[in-house]
Amino acid sequence: MSHLNKPVPAPDPDTKPFWDGCRKHELLIQECDACGRFHFPPAGRCPHCGATGSRWVKASGKGTVYSWIVVVHPVPKEVYAGEVPYVVALVDLEEGVRMATNIVGCDPHAVTANMPVEVSFQDVADDLTLPCFRPAKPSA
Amino acid sequence: MYALKDKYAIAGIGYTDFTAKSGRTVLDLALEAGSKAMADAGVGAADVDGVISYHFNDSVPSIAVATGLGLPEARYAVEFSSGGNAANLIVLSAAAAIEAGLAKTVLCYRAMNGRSGFRLGGGRDMASRGITQFTAPFGWITYPQAMAMWCRRHMIKYGTTSEQMGAVAVSCRNHAQLNERAMMRAPMSLADHQASRMIVEPFHLLDICLESDGACAVLVTKAERARDLKPKPVYIMGGAYGGGPFQGDDLFDAIRWPEHAHNYAKYIANDLWASAGVGPKDIDVAEIYDCFTYSVIMQLEGLGFCKEGEGGAFVQNGRIGLGGEIPVNTHGGLLSEAYIHGFNHVIEAVEQLRGQSGARQVPDAEIALTTAGAMTCGSALVLRN
Repeated sequence: MSHLNKPVPAPDPDTKPFWDGCRKHELLIQECDACGRFHFPPAGRCPHCGATGSRWVKASGKGTVYSWIVVVHPVPKEVYAGEVPYVVALVDLEEGVRMATNIVGCDPHAVTANMPVEVSFQDVADDLTLPCFRPAKPSA
Repeated sequence: MYALKDKYAIAGIGYTDFTAKSGRTVLDLALEAGSKAMADAGVGAADVDGVISYHFNDSVPSIAVATGLGLPEARYAVEFSSGGNAANLIVLSAAAAIEAGLAKTVLCYRAMNGRSGFRLGGGRDMASRGITQFTAPFGWITYPQAMAMWCRRHMIKYGTTSEQMGAVAVSCRNHAQLNERAMMRAPMSLADHQASRMIVEPFHLLDICLESDGACAVLVTKAERARDLKPKPVYIMGGAYGGGPFQGDDLFDAIRWPEHAHNYAKYIANDLWASAGVGPKDIDVAEIYDCFTYSVIMQLEGLGFCKEGEGGAFVQNGRIGLGGEIPVNTHGGLLSEAYIHGFNHVIEAVEQLRGQSGARQVPDAEIALTTAGAMTCGSALVLRN
């Protein structure tokens, strides 16, 4: 259970459905009942129109790299020394929301702006799956 | 919009040595800076009835400073739980409090053992609650990591280069060499910047500010009262605080921010300049929040010193150095003087306007800008002598 050294999400009433979805390898985001727009991070109220009703929908899992960093110096050292270099990115999903994630499955220096990516669920523990992204397979 | 143009002034300043290991309590640092500001203004404890600060639970409460300085009647002792973005906000809030009758003279301070005590750059609470559950589990933890994401976006959108960022670092270091209180005074070249080790791409070590122990304080009072005091008053012409839409759930979070190639500065520019009745061309010296090199570039663009996307080229070729078009961070900034969370910028601006900056004095400086903040929210002041 080496992951326990790392920050582990603490789901709350707003976010539990998202993390439960990840464990089932489903990327869930909220669609506002009133204005129909998607929003993320999870919230009990739509940040666009203020309505409180929403439904969880499965995102396509496809997106593009909006910005990214390559972590070289590990902080805290004891947690990330074996992980560097690693990529943290902001990915814009097709549905119009943005999320922070890791880009996996490629050299950290192969990441480029607007690179197409797709979700790649990483089961880091029995009870925790992180929604990471990898370079999208070229479409047929 | 701030509507108190020239009605309030900074009447005294005080600061400690800036070091990597003070060996003292934060309270003791705060009291030294505070008592020096009072002595500078020539006022006693009975003349000060307000205290305001900002911190991340890494400092001492305002009431402790009021108590330690023996203020007999602290009517207004408050603090913001905030980062450097509040550095200028506490000065504006002091003026607002006096205008509202809550106090007559307010001591504003920031005190921290930022290197030997709580290291802001060293990481955050590892418990991933609230918004942090969507950042920290991906190893996105420190402020350098947070702000590298903004910097990269500026590079993507505008082609800004690491060499252009290095020009900011070198300019600050050039100024620090003329500042006896600066922590980093060894000469630095662009090659030194480029050769410094990578911390989090695109940041080299020399794109990142210092960590410091120290305290800075200023005394704010009504302009007419300041005119009766010892030092030359430095008037608060205008100021602003804020940012754009979706400022985030905490200071790290900017997931919903619309465009990371621009920061708060773009959103406060209109209020700032309108409140002061001047514009970028009127500024003689600018102390711009430089927690990271890129933030200077983004704020120069956002506040209208150059066009959006042209900040990278703007900071090159000595334009932001002493003798240049707009001298920026004449003390060396957070990058080379010290990291007192932006409050050392206010000190430097006041000394420049008093003509007390010695070898780094901008000749005949009459109007100064100070800014604070790098991401979704921040504050700025326009000061004059």
